[in-house]
Amino acid sequence: MPDTDSSHPLRIGFYICHCGHNIAGTIDVASVAHYAAALPHVSVAREYKYMCSDPGQELIQKDIRDLELNRIVVASCSPLLHEHTFRQAVEKGGLNPFFFQMVNIREDVSWVNDNPAAATVKAKDLARAAIFRVSHHRALDKKHVSIHPDALVVGAGIAGIHAALTLANAGKKVTLVEREPTIGGHMAMFDKTFPTLDCAACILTPKMSAVRNHPNIRLLSYSEVKVVGGYVGNYKVTIRRKPRYIKEELCVGCMECIEACVYKEGKTPDEFNQGLSKRKPIYIPFPQATPQVVVIDPATCIEFKSGHCKKTCVSVCDRGAVDFSQKEETIDIDVGTIILATGYATFDPKRLPYYGYGKYPNVYSSLEVERLVNASGPTAGELILRDGRHPKTVGIIHCVGSRDRNTNRWCSRTCCMYSLKLAHLLKEHTEAEVYNFYIDIRAAGKSYEEFYDKLLEENIHFVRGRVAEVTDWAARPSEEGKLVIRVEDTLIGVVRRVPVDMVVLAVGMEPSADAQDVRRMFNISCSTEGFFLERHPKLAPVDTFTDGIFIAGACQGPKDIPDSVAQAGAAAAQALTLIDTGEVELEPNTAYIAEEFCSGCKSCLGICPYTAITRDEIKGKAFINEALCKGCGTCVAACPSGAIRQHLFEDDQIFSEIDGILADDNLTTAGVER
Amino acid sequence: MTYLYFPGCSLRSTGRAYEESLLAVCRKLEIPLHELDDWNCCGATAYVSIDETRAFTLAARNLAIADHLPQPDGSDPQILAPCNACYMVLAKTHHFMESNAEVRAHVSTALHAGGMTYTGQTRVRHPLDVFVNDFGIDRIAKKVVHPLKGFRVACYYGCQVVRPFSEFDHPVYPMTMDRLVTALGAESVDWPMKTRCCGGSLTGTIQEAGFRLNRALLKEATKRKANIILTCCPLCQHNLECYQQRINRRYGETINLPVAYFTQFMGLALGIPAKELAIQRLFKPPLSPAPAGKQEIHAHA
Amino acid sequence: MMLPVPPAMRAAAAKSPPPMKTVVRRIKFESELDLAFGERVAERAYGQKLLSCIQCGTCSATCPLSHYMDYTPRKIIAMTREGFKDEVLNSLTIWLCASCYSCQVQCPRQIHITDVMYALKREAIARGFYPAHHPIPVLARSFYERVFAQGRNTESRLLITLYLRTNPLVMLREAFLGFHLWRKGRLSLKKESIAGRKDLRKMLNAVEHGKKEEPL
Repeated sequence: MPDTDSSHPLRIGFYICHCGHNIAGTIDVASVAHYAAALPHVSVAREYKYMCSDPGQELIQKDIRDLELNRIVVASCSPLLHEHTFRQAVEKGGLNPFFFQMVNIREDVSWVNDNPAAATVKAKDLARAAIFRVSHHRALDKKHVSIHPDALVVGAGIAGIHAALTLANAGKKVTLVEREPTIGGHMAMFDKTFPTLDCAACILTPKMSAVRNHPNIRLLSYSEVKVVGGYVGNYKVTIRRKPRYIKEELCVGCMECIEACVYKEGKTPDEFNQGLSKRKPIYIPFPQATPQVVVIDPATCIEFKSGHCKKTCVSVCDRGAVDFSQKEETIDIDVGTIILATGYATFDPKRLPYYGYGKYPNVYSSLEVERLVNASGPTAGELILRDGRHPKTVGIIHCVGSRDRNTNRWCSRTCCMYSLKLAHLLKEHTEAEVYNFYIDIRAAGKSYEEFYDKLLEENIHFVRGRVAEVTDWAARPSEEGKLVIRVEDTLIGVVRRVPVDMVVLAVGMEPSADAQDVRRMFNISCSTEGFFLERHPKLAPVDTFTDGIFIAGACQGPKDIPDSVAQAGAAAAQALTLIDTGEVELEPNTAYIAEEFCSGCKSCLGICPYTAITRDEIKGKAFINEALCKGCGTCVAACPSGAIRQHLFEDDQIFSEIDGILADDNLTTAGVER
Repeated sequence: MTYLYFPGCSLRSTGRAYEESLLAVCRKLEIPLHELDDWNCCGATAYVSIDETRAFTLAARNLAIADHLPQPDGSDPQILAPCNACYMVLAKTHHFMESNAEVRAHVSTALHAGGMTYTGQTRVRHPLDVFVNDFGIDRIAKKVVHPLKGFRVACYYGCQVVRPFSEFDHPVYPMTMDRLVTALGAESVDWPMKTRCCGGSLTGTIQEAGFRLNRALLKEATKRKANIILTCCPLCQHNLECYQQRINRRYGETINLPVAYFTQFMGLALGIPAKELAIQRLFKPPLSPAPAGKQEIHAHA
Repeated sequence: MMLPVPPAMRAAAAKSPPPMKTVVRRIKFESELDLAFGERVAERAYGQKLLSCIQCGTCSATCPLSHYMDYTPRKIIAMTREGFKDEVLNSLTIWLCASCYSCQVQCPRQIHITDVMYALKREAIARGFYPAHHPIPVLARSFYERVFAQGRNTESRLLITLYLRTNPLVMLREAFLGFHLWRKGRLSLKKESIAGRKDLRKMLNAVEHGKKEEPL
């Protein structure tokens, strides 16, 4: 039975939009309006040039008041675009917004049909279906869910740091989780940044310090998110704190324990220095690490491996901060919004054996070179190669792993600029001849072209050609003892062999190794390339398809520091929008259980892709969490008892729509006029 | 598993030492071979320069013959093609037949005209792959009677066994032969030109180009202190072995390196008499053939 | 006012004077190009996406013969795409290509460059774009004829045919090698053939080419 409020009969208003020429150019809108006017319960049928405009909306509102309409159908564009607009208009007119049905006669009819007669017939069929359907619509309430004011930021590289600071400065309490023992991410490893040649640590450490000292930020370093549950505004997150075996609140970072360690010198490849130096089992990643707390690696510490160590670290610490009995800690937090800023991984150059990485000692990845030229790196900034020499010629190979269907198809955006930067730094440190081998120079940002000009004037050799191989085969005596780069200089038009002492591979950026695991945990999507997927590439770059979860920085796609910071700010702003509104409105088209029909068979539990269904053990029946439900309809179709229904997609609504489509009132599809 | 042996046009002529040593090794390792019935020339690189579809048809005839020689255990037939070019052409034909509907249609029609059908079950294998992966390198190592100490081998794979359809090894830095050679007790020399083309038929057509390519290979192998080059293709072996004096004369080099087939090397380690391995057919035998029963193997200094 | 040139410099120039270069016009007008050439080549090499080539030069850099070529592989692709049919089919490149597949394996756009080279080779042979008695087309044709007739190749006979048809004097140069090979048993003179050669000929004759083999 159509749902009318008590004694009021159905009074339907039908509006068809011209959309300028988009609809009216193909469909005879007047004819459709005329046809709709004659259908049952239709009180008024109008056509208008732009229904979504203010006058168009006012037209509806006026009719609701004056003609006492209680159902509205608008035939125009896609609901994705304007369903919300019209629902709001209907509500402003004094009617429940869900007594509205929208018909898409633009994307579904006029834009895909070049036969006007057939298009008009189709528009009439769809209009009729909507009119039948809307008769069965019921009043629904919009659901509101409150937003917890706290936020979680996952990943404390430059993007995570900036997002956390923005939120904290806005007065929100932020938990910042970082997997490594220190924050700073990849940026902390860089020497200088392009194009200003600012020292990365100099511009980063004030921000790191601000994070440390901010009363609104709770920094959980050396920690990982383990479980995420809940829904927008109400996330329940479990975080695992890995044991440092150091009491963080007591350690002041004096590093006496490292000095005193029974290992006289480091034996384990130092991760921060990209394996170019060695560290002891007790270590701090770099001197300005935040928090300034050491960490013990149980895989290499003698005490853990054998149980019989002198533990000089314990005795030398006058604050008693070393604690071998420290256990992993689990922390549960409630937050309303989450920002993922988990960063990227660099392409592993071992995957391209043509360049000899791992085979020839003097072939380096760009990150290794960043550490090499850095004053607090393994060689204190002096360019000493693995075999002890100083390079007199250096070859920098662009696009390693990028722009290549055999490895990563995309351009990694930052490598041209950082290759230029490294060229400059290497020349500055060594006075060597520096060659950059590139396919295209991508210098699109602010002052980037100026930087390229400066490099050209420094007499860096720019050879346009993608390097095919780095070899130690010497074809001439002058090539003995060198690494020879074979390349076609495409601009001059000749094949060249360039012998160098040092090869730098400009490795590309790719998703972190565990990006898929992370995205599953947070219930967001990844693109085919493996980076986190934004809601819209142009208009919503930091939102995801999961409400309340935002992404920022290189985890969304390769980008440089200014863009990462910009996105982090944007993500924080989006989070603030939710938090400061205090509540979020949910679509009421959720599934619900008609409990009298539910047998508690649990068929629906496992099939919900949003884990919105649980079993109420007391009642013995299924329970749907409306906030998690996205209205996909899977459970509705699956329930063997028909106990699950869906608002806005009730059986009577759907069947009446089908009846409307199939109704045979002598309309044909061959373009014969009706 | 009986492999369908496909000698190709070279193995009874310039590559005769390859056939003889390959057959001897297979006998020793008890790997059953059956020569593919009435096999025809694969077409190599020359045929496809005239007509590609006919080239596919030519090669596909061999695959079609093999398709109808089922294994007693029901497994798919496997052609063993020792020559790199044959291996590549047969594998390429199989690949195109499986992935390109147009090729398959044209070639199948042509085969029908000669009374044959192609089913696509046959796999194409190279002896390096079969010995190391099917038979097993550990089993080979156990059967070694004369560890070939003193040999510093530059393993030369050539190009077409690893490119473009390298099912069993890396297209630029393969290691199958190196691992085999190490298991036989010798030392494998690390050098960057394992798969750098020898020029193929260029030594017979544009000789200057062919010579230059081989000169680079031979010089580098010598420089890296290899005392023997092992190959797995008759044309590579021919190119590397037969022109050393002329290369020396033309470019003023002093190259003098024995070039043998890896199967010959295997055979020596396994204790097969040198005569059966056609060692004497090489221009520079790396060792003096000793009377049967008392093997003395000398590294060519 | 011209500055005096140091006598040593002038003497050096006099010893090896640069060649007299005449003025040659090297412009290419669009009307001289065959714009559909690239598309048709790509079709033959089974739809290889010549259009997606970014001219990075990896193919030329890895090709072991590229420094002997008049046009490197990269240039051949660029020229083919743009319709420089005469230059491409007259190049030395397509003869020097040894089909080692290094380019194809490393191409970042996964273009089957070697197959493109074969297509160009076929066209050049079919249309006669090569100097008379050029060994490679002669070898290919002789190989083709022999296999068509017998089903297999006899290397010795093939080589003799090659030399007779190109430059018989080469036989003298190669006779020494030939003799040694024969002594070592590596040069069989026995004519190789297969039992099913009639059926093979039927098959080869029955090959339909469709649109692919129309002249470029």
